[in-house]
Amino acid sequence: MSTAMANKLMSGSEVLLECLVQEGVEVIFGYPGGVTLPLYDAMYDHPIRHILVRHEANAAFAAQGYARSTGKTGVCCATSGPGATNLVTGLVDAMMDSIPMVALTGQVTSKLIGTDAFQEADTFGITRSATKHNFLVKKIEDLPQILHEAFYIAKSGRPGPVLVDIPKDVFQAQGHYQPVNSIHLPGYKFVVDGHNGQIRRAAQMIWEAERPYIYAGGGILHGDASEELVETVDIVDCPVVNTLMGLGAVPANHPRFISMPGMHGSYAANMGMYNADLLIALGTRFDDRVTGRLAAFAPFAKVIHVDIDPSEISKIRHADLPIVGDVKRILKRLNFYLRETKDEMAPKTEPSRAAWRTQIKEWMEEHPYDRPVSVDEIKPQHLMTEIDRISGGNAIVCTDVGQHQMWAAQLIRFNKPRLWINSGGLGSMGFGMPSAMGAQVANPNQLVFSISGDGGFQMSLPELATIVSNGLPIKIIVMNNGYLGMVRQWQELFYNNRLSQVTLDTFPKADLLAAAYGFKGRTIEHPRDLRSALEEAVAEPGPFLLDVRVTPFENVYPMVPAGGAINEMVLGQPSPAPAGVK
Amino acid sequence: MVEIISLLVENKPGALMRVTGVLVARGYNIESLTVARTLDPTLSRMTIVVDVDDRLRPQVIKQMNKLINVLQAQDHTEAPAVSRELLLLRVRAIATEGQNKDARTAILKEAEIFGARVVASNIEGFVLEVTGDPEKLDEFIDVMRSYGEIEVTRSGMVSVSLESKKLKLAPPITRGATQSEEEENGVLNG
Ligand SMILES: Cc1ncc(C[n+]2csc(CCOP(=O)(O)OP(=O)(O)O)c2C)c(N)n1
Ligand SMILES: [Mg+2]
Repeated sequence: MSTAMANKLMSGSEVLLECLVQEGVEVIFGYPGGVTLPLYDAMYDHPIRHILVRHEANAAFAAQGYARSTGKTGVCCATSGPGATNLVTGLVDAMMDSIPMVALTGQVTSKLIGTDAFQEADTFGITRSATKHNFLVKKIEDLPQILHEAFYIAKSGRPGPVLVDIPKDVFQAQGHYQPVNSIHLPGYKFVVDGHNGQIRRAAQMIWEAERPYIYAGGGILHGDASEELVETVDIVDCPVVNTLMGLGAVPANHPRFISMPGMHGSYAANMGMYNADLLIALGTRFDDRVTGRLAAFAPFAKVIHVDIDPSEISKIRHADLPIVGDVKRILKRLNFYLRETKDEMAPKTEPSRAAWRTQIKEWMEEHPYDRPVSVDEIKPQHLMTEIDRISGGNAIVCTDVGQHQMWAAQLIRFNKPRLWINSGGLGSMGFGMPSAMGAQVANPNQLVFSISGDGGFQMSLPELATIVSNGLPIKIIVMNNGYLGMVRQWQELFYNNRLSQVTLDTFPKADLLAAAYGFKGRTIEHPRDLRSALEEAVAEPGPFLLDVRVTPFENVYPMVPAGGAINEMVLGQPSPAPAGVK
Repeated sequence: MVEIISLLVENKPGALMRVTGVLVARGYNIESLTVARTLDPTLSRMTIVVDVDDRLRPQVIKQMNKLINVLQAQDHTEAPAVSRELLLLRVRAIATEGQNKDARTAILKEAEIFGARVVASNIEGFVLEVTGDPEKLDEFIDVMRSYGEIEVTRSGMVSVSLESKKLKLAPPITRGATQSEEEENGVLNG
C-alpha cells in the first residue's frame, strides 16, 4: 500500500474498489441500478472484472460457484430494494452451506433512509438472519474498516455470507483509502486448535473401537483438510462416508470410501452408520437428511464430534467426545497420536476391525447403487453413469436440486475436493447453472458440467445470455423427465400417486433455444445417442445445451422415508402408473 | 422452564435485533428483556429471560456467543447470581369516598410490608414501586388487586453475577499476517 494511495482523494466507490483489490478479489458477479450508479461508473475504468448476470439471485449463486470451487471468498453486488431482495435466497443458501461470500448492496442516500424512498428496502433488517453478519455503512471513513472486516468474517471460523449495505451518498463522498492494518472484533471468538487432551482421548477411543466409522462433511472442504482426512482413514483403515456437502473430501476411488449416507445414500453407507460402535463426525452437522429418525440413528455408537462451530456440538446428537476447532489442525494432531499409539493399541481390536471392513464390503456388494440401462429409453442413472465416465472423477459438476441431483451425487465420482457443487442445506432450485458460471469463471480451463432438471433449468434460463456473453464453455445438461421429478416421486410414494402440479409438459427445443442465444444445443431421446452426444458437448469449444429426455417415472433409491430409520431403506420397485394427473 | 441469560453486547446498530432475531428464529420464546448501557458506554448489558427446555440451555448460550456483537453470554439460571425485577403499580383508591379511608391506609401498610415505596399519590389512588424476585412481585400484585382496580408495568428481570467472570475477548488481528504469525499472537485461540 503506497502512501500515494493513502493521500489520494477518492470517491467512496473508488475506496470500495481499492478494498476489493486489497482483498485479492478477481471478479464481481452483479447487476447495477440507481443507487449503485456511482459504483458502476467507477468500475468503468477499473481493472476489476465484473460479470453482468441476468438476475441478482444468480449473482449470489455464481459467487457461490466461484467460492465453492476455489475456497476463495465470492463477491456479488446488487442495487437497493429489489436488487437486494433478489439476493436473499443466495445469501441463505450460502449461510446453510457455510460458503464464504461478500454481498455488496447499494442503499438509498442516507438522508432518505426510513422515508420509504424509491427502491428503499430495509436490507440490513431483511438480511440479518440470512447472513453471518451484516453492516450498514454510515460514512466513507468507515468503508475500508467495514469491508476488510466483512472479508475477514466471511472467510474465518465457520465461513458464511456477509452483506455490506452502502448508501448512495457514501459512494459519492470524497475521502481516502486508509490502509487497515488491524481488525478488532472483540466478540468474534473462535477456537482453532482443539483441546489436546480431547484429541488424545479421541485417538484412544478410535483404537478401542471395533467398528469405527468416519462421517465427514463439508467442513473438510472448507477447512482444506482432505489430505489429513485421507491419512486418518489410512492409519485407522476404517470405512468413511462423505455427506452430500463433503463429496470429494475422500477420493471416490479410495478403497475405504463407501459413498454418501442419508435419505438417498447407499445401502452400505447407511448400514455402516447404523451398526458402527464409534462415529467419528468431522465438520458435519447431523442434518436430518442424513440421520433420518434420530432415535434410530447410529444407536450403538459413541460419537466423537469435531467442528469449528461449538453450537453444532450436541445440537442434534450428543457428542461423547466433543472437539471444537479447525478440523485440519485437529486431524494433523489426531493422526500423530494415532500413529504414536498404533502399535500398542491397535492389535487388540484389529481382528474386529478387519471383520467390520469385510462386513462393509459385503454390504457394498450386496446392494450397490442401481444403474439400470434400457435399450429404448435413457434411464437417468444411465445418463449419470455416462457423465461419470467422461469426467473420470475430474470434472467440476454443478447440479440443481431434485432427483437429478441425488443420482448425480450417487453415481458421479469425485477424486478431488471442490469438484462437486450443489445446494445442500437450502436445496435451492435454480442454483445449478449460475453456480456453474461462477465455477467456470474461476476455472476457465476445466471441464464444467451444469446438470439441472427440466424444472430448475427453467428457473435459471436467463443466464444462458450471461454464459454466451462471457464465452463460458459450460456443458449444460438437462435431465429432462417432464416432471418436477422429486416432488412427483413423493406424490407417488406418499400421496397415492395423485400427481398435482408437477407436470412440465412444455419445454423449449434445445437446438432452437441455444441457437436463439447463438450457441449449440441438441435434444436426445435414445440411449444409442447418449455417449456420442455427451462427447459432442465436451468437444464443443463453447457452451453446449444438451436436453436429455429420460424415463419419466423413475424414483431415486435407496430411500429412507422422512422420519424413517436409516437402516430401513426402501431399495426400490418399479413405479406404477399415476392415479391421476392435474 | 426459564433460562436467565446475561449478555454483554457491543452498543452497535442492530445488536438488539440480532439477539432477539436469533432467539425467535430458534423458537425460544422471550419472556422478558432488559437492556441498558454499562459503565463503558460502548457496551450494553442485557438480561433476557427465555422459555426453553432445560436441555437446550447451553445451546442458547452458544447461539448468543456466535453473534459477533456479543462479547459475553452467561447462563444465570443456576449460577451464583442475583436477579431482580422492578414493578410499578397503580392502584385505585379514591380519597373522598368515606369508606375508602380505611382502604388507603391498608394499602400503605401492605406496601410497607412488601418494601414498596409510594412514588405518586393523588385522590384517585397511589402509584407504588417495588423490587424483588418475580414471585414476590406476583404476590404483591395479588394483594393489591384485592383493594381495587390496578395497572401494572414490570421492568423484566435484571441480573448480576456474584462472581467476576474474566471477559475473554478476541484480540486484534494484524491484516495480511500469515497463519503462523496469527498463531504466535495467540490470535485465533479465542
Ligand atoms: C426454489 C425451490 N422451489 C421449490 C423447491 C421444491 N422442489 C424440490 S425438488 C423439486 C423438483 C425439481 O424438478 P426438476 O428441476 O425437474 O428436477 P428433477 O427432480 O425432475 O430431477 C422441487 C419443486 C425447491 N427445492 N426449490
Ligand atoms: Mg424434472
